[in-house]
Amino acid sequence: MTDVTNGEGRRGPSFAPWLIKTVATLVTVAVTLLGLLFVTFMIGRVMPIDPVLAVIGERATQAQYDATYLELGLDKPLLVQFGIYVSDVLQGDLGKSIRTGQQVTTDIARVFPATLELATLGTLIGVAIGVPLGVLAAVKRGSWIDQVARLVGLVGYSMPIFWLGLVGLLLFYGILGWVAGPGRVGIFYQGIVEPITGMLLVDAALRGEWVVFRDAFSHIILPAALLGYYSLAYISRMTRSFMLEQLNAEYVITARVKGLSEWQVIWGHAFRNIRIQLITVIALAYANLLEGSVLTEIIFAWPGIGSYITTSLLANDMNSVLGGTIVIGSIFVGINILSDLLYRFFDPRAK
Amino acid sequence: MSETLLDVENLRVSFTTRTGTFEAVRGISFTLGRERLGIVGESGSGKSMTGRAILRLIRPPGRVEADRITMHGEDVLAATETRMRQLRGGRVSMIMQDPKFSLNPVMTVGQQLVESLRAHEKLARSECRKRAIAMLDEVAIRDPERVMGLYPHEVSGGMGQRIMIAMMLLPGPEILIADEPTSALDVSVQLQVLDIMDQLVKTRGMGLIFISHDLNLVAKFCDRIAVMYAGRIVECCKASELHKAQHPYTLGLLNAVPDLEHPRPRLEVLQRDPAWRDALSVSART
Amino acid sequence: MITANLRDWLLSDAPTSRRQARFASWYKGWLTLRSNTLAMVGLIVLALIILAAIFAPVLATHDPYAQDLGQRLLGAGQGGHLLGTDSLGRDIYSRLLYGARISIYIVLLVAMVAPLVGLIVGTVSGYAGGWADVVLMRITDIFLAFPRLILALAFVAALGAGIENAVLAISLTAWPPYARIARAETLTIRNSDYIHAIRLQGAGPFRIVTRHIWPLCISSLVIRVTLDMAGIILTAAALGFLGLGAQPPSPEWGAMISEGRKYILDYWWVATFPGLAIFAISLAFNLLGDGLRDMLDPKEDNA
Ligand SMILES: Nc1ncnc2c1ncn2[C@@H]1O[C@H](COP(=O)(O)OP(=O)(O)OP(=O)(O)O)[C@@H](O)[C@H]1O
Ligand SMILES: [Mg+2]
Repeated sequence: MTDVTNGEGRRGPSFAPWLIKTVATLVTVAVTLLGLLFVTFMIGRVMPIDPVLAVIGERATQAQYDATYLELGLDKPLLVQFGIYVSDVLQGDLGKSIRTGQQVTTDIARVFPATLELATLGTLIGVAIGVPLGVLAAVKRGSWIDQVARLVGLVGYSMPIFWLGLVGLLLFYGILGWVAGPGRVGIFYQGIVEPITGMLLVDAALRGEWVVFRDAFSHIILPAALLGYYSLAYISRMTRSFMLEQLNAEYVITARVKGLSEWQVIWGHAFRNIRIQLITVIALAYANLLEGSVLTEIIFAWPGIGSYITTSLLANDMNSVLGGTIVIGSIFVGINILSDLLYRFFDPRAK
Repeated sequence: MSETLLDVENLRVSFTTRTGTFEAVRGISFTLGRERLGIVGESGSGKSMTGRAILRLIRPPGRVEADRITMHGEDVLAATETRMRQLRGGRVSMIMQDPKFSLNPVMTVGQQLVESLRAHEKLARSECRKRAIAMLDEVAIRDPERVMGLYPHEVSGGMGQRIMIAMMLLPGPEILIADEPTSALDVSVQLQVLDIMDQLVKTRGMGLIFISHDLNLVAKFCDRIAVMYAGRIVECCKASELHKAQHPYTLGLLNAVPDLEHPRPRLEVLQRDPAWRDALSVSART
Repeated sequence: MITANLRDWLLSDAPTSRRQARFASWYKGWLTLRSNTLAMVGLIVLALIILAAIFAPVLATHDPYAQDLGQRLLGAGQGGHLLGTDSLGRDIYSRLLYGARISIYIVLLVAMVAPLVGLIVGTVSGYAGGWADVVLMRITDIFLAFPRLILALAFVAALGAGIENAVLAISLTAWPPYARIARAETLTIRNSDYIHAIRLQGAGPFRIVTRHIWPLCISSLVIRVTLDMAGIILTAAALGFLGLGAQPPSPEWGAMISEGRKYILDYWWVATFPGLAIFAISLAFNLLGDGLRDMLDPKEDNA
C-alpha cells in the first residue's frame, strides 16, 4: 500500500492547507511514478539481452547494428537515456513488441479490458460475500461463524492461486461439467460481438447477444469466483477488525439506549462508520486482483494483461514486459490516490 | 415522591474473565420516584454498570442478576427484547460522559435527533424535524436549524452534551440516567449544562439518576445521595443531611475536597479500610 | 523437582536479574502460545515438514530424479509409488520430500536478506532524519507502489531464471514493509533518555544504531517475517510455476505443479499433491504467525 499522504486532512476553514496538501500529493505521485519508471528502466539496462539484437535480429550486419545502436540512443549517457525513456513513456510510447510486432501500447489496450472484466467481477464477488461475512464475524465474535470466517481467510492466504485454479477446473469443468473450460468464450461465439468497451460481458449485453453473454458468463465465472475468493479473504478480515473497533465505541451504546434494533445499530451506526475505511480496502483489493490475475489468466487461458506479460517474458520480449509492469504499477498508484481522495471526500471529519 | 418509577432490589453485575469472576456491582437496592437521586463513588465502584444494568445493556461476558428490577411495576428482567427496545429511550434514557464519543461521528446532529424520535413514534419526517428543532431550542441552542446540519466534530463539548440531552429527552422518557454528564466538559460550561438538564427534568416531572464522583456537585443537584464503594452502597442520605453522614468513606470524600470558605493546610488522603468492602450494602429504597 | 524449581524461577514475580526477566517473559509468551491450539498445529506441521526435509534421503523411497518411462503417470499406491509417479515416471512422494528442502531454503534466504535490508534502510532513515529520511522513505514507497509479483517477474526476467535470482527478486520486493517497521521503531527509541545517555558517553551513531537500536527492532521484525513467510513461499512457488524459479528437473513444488498441469484432467494427482504440500506449509506459517501476533499484542487482530 502506498501511503502517499501522511496523516489526515486538517480541520479548519482556511483554503491554503488544503491546497498545499493537494500539491504535496501530486508531487508525491509524480515522484513515485518517476521512480517506477526508473526501476523499469534499470531492469531494462541490466538484462543480459542485447536491446539492439532484440530489434534487428541475430543475422544483421555490423553497419545495421551500429545504426540501430545510435537510433536507440545507447551511446548517450545513462541519465540522458532515462530522460528519453521518460518522455517516450509520457507520450504513450512504450516501444515495440518483438513478439507481436506492434506497439506495446496498442497491445495493452487490446488485452487490458479482459483483465479489467475479470478483476471487476472478482472484486464484486469478494465484496458481496466478504463484507457481510466480516460484519457477521465481528458481531458474533467467537461464535462458529467467526471461526468459519477466520478459516476462510487463513485458507485464502495459504492456497497457491494457480493450484486452486487447476483444482477448480478439474472439479467444476472436468468432473461436474458445470462451467465452460479455459478461454474467454467458446470457439463458435468468437468475433460475433463487435467490441464497445472491450469487456465481453458488457458488450454482449449492450448488443443484446444473450447467447454469447451466457457462454461468456460460463467462462468467466470460475476464474472470477477464484479471484473473488482471494479478495473475500482479505476484505472479510479487514471488515471484521474495523467492525470490532466500532462495536466497542460509545455511540453504539447511545444507539442502543435510543431503543434501536440490533440491525439498525449494526448497519445504521457501526457499519456507517467503517464505510470510508472499507472503500480504501476494496480499492486495494481491486488493485491486488489486477496483479493476482496474472496467474489466474495463465491457468484459464484468459487473454488479459497477465497472460500478455508472462508470454512476453518467456519470449524475451522485454518491451512488453516492462510496458505491462509500468501500466499495472501506474494503475496501482492511481487506485491508491483515488481511494485516498475518496476518503477525504466522504469523511465529514476530513473536510 | 408517592409514585415509584423504578424499583431495584439486590442488583448484581458480574464479569467472567480468564482469571475468574469479577463482581462489579454486588447486591444493591434502591428506588426512584419523581426525584433526583445521586450516585457517587470512586472510579471502578460500579456506578456505570448499575446504570447500564437498568437498561439491560450489559453484554456477555457480563451478567446481570437481581431479585427485582421493575419500572412502573413492569418487570424489566422478564421483558422481551422487543419490549425492552420500547422501554429504552421511551421510558428510560441515558446520557454518557463525553459527547465526542457518544455521538455518531459520521451522522449529522439532525439525523441522530430524528432517528431517536422515530424509534418510538411513527411520525412524518418533517414533523420529526420540527420537534427536533424545538427540542434543540429548549436546550438553549442558538440557530438550531443550522446545528441540525452539523456533524458532531463541528460542535463544542458543551453544545454536544446539550444535543445529547435533547436527543435523549425527545421521545419523552420518564427516567433519565446521567452518567457523569459533565466530567469531560470545560469547567466553565459544566454548570450551564447541568442547569439546563435540571430544569428540563424538573418541568417534565422526571426521575433523574445522576452519576458522578463529585460529591459536592451531587449534593447541589440532587434530593438524595447514595454513596457507592466497591460495588455496594455504603451510605444513603438526603442531600440536605449530608453533613450528618456517618460512613468514614463518605466523610473521606467530603474532606478530600478543597473548600474555599474553610481552607485547610493539607487535604486529607482517603484511607480505605478493607472491612468496608465486606460490609453489607445499605438499602436506598424509600 | 528441578522442573518445578525452574518453573518457579521463570514465573517469579520479582526477577533478580535481567536474564531471568528475559527468560521469564519468553516463557510466559510460550505458555500463551501453547494454549493457542491452532498456532500449535501450525508449529507441529512446520516441524514435521522441516524434519521431512532434513531426513529426505532416509524417508525417500526412490531417487527423486530417476526417470522410468515404463512407470509413468501411475496412480497413488501403484507399483510401490506411495503418491504415484509423474509424466517421466519419477516418484512423486520422493520428489515432494526433496522439494521441501528447496522451499525451506528459499524461505530462509529471503527471511534473512529482506529484513536485513529493511532494517538497515529503516534505522538509517529513522536515525539520520532530514533529507536522508525523505529520500529513503520515498524509495521505499516506490517499491511499495509496485505490485509485488509483477516486480519479481520483471526482476527475474532481467536477472535470468533460477533459485538464487528468484530469492533476490523476492527479497527486492519484500524489504519495504520491514523498512517502515524499523523506521517507526527507531523514531520511538531515538529520543529516549537512555539513547541520550549513551550518546553522552561518547558513542557514535554507528555504534548506537547497531548495538542499541537494532536489538530493539528485532522482535517486531520477527513477527512480521513469520507472517510473511507464507507469502514468500507462495511467490516462490508462483515463480517456479511460471518456469522462472527453480529449473527442471529440480523437484520444486511450483515447478511440479506446472509439469502436472498438462495432465490435470486425466491424472489429477500429479499436480494436486505438490499443491497440497505448498498449502500445508503456508497454512502452517500463517497459523503460527497469527498465534505469535495474538501472543504479543492480544488486542490487535487485524492484518
Ligand atoms: N467487560 C468487563 N470485564 C471485566 N470487568 C469489567 C468489564 N467492564 C467493566 N468492568 C469492571 O467493572 C467495574 C465497575 O465499572 P464501572 O464502569 O461501573 O465503574 P464506574 O464506577 O462507572 O467508574 P468510572 O468513574 O471510572 O466511570 C470496574 O472495576 C471495571 O473494571
Ligand atoms: Mg463510569
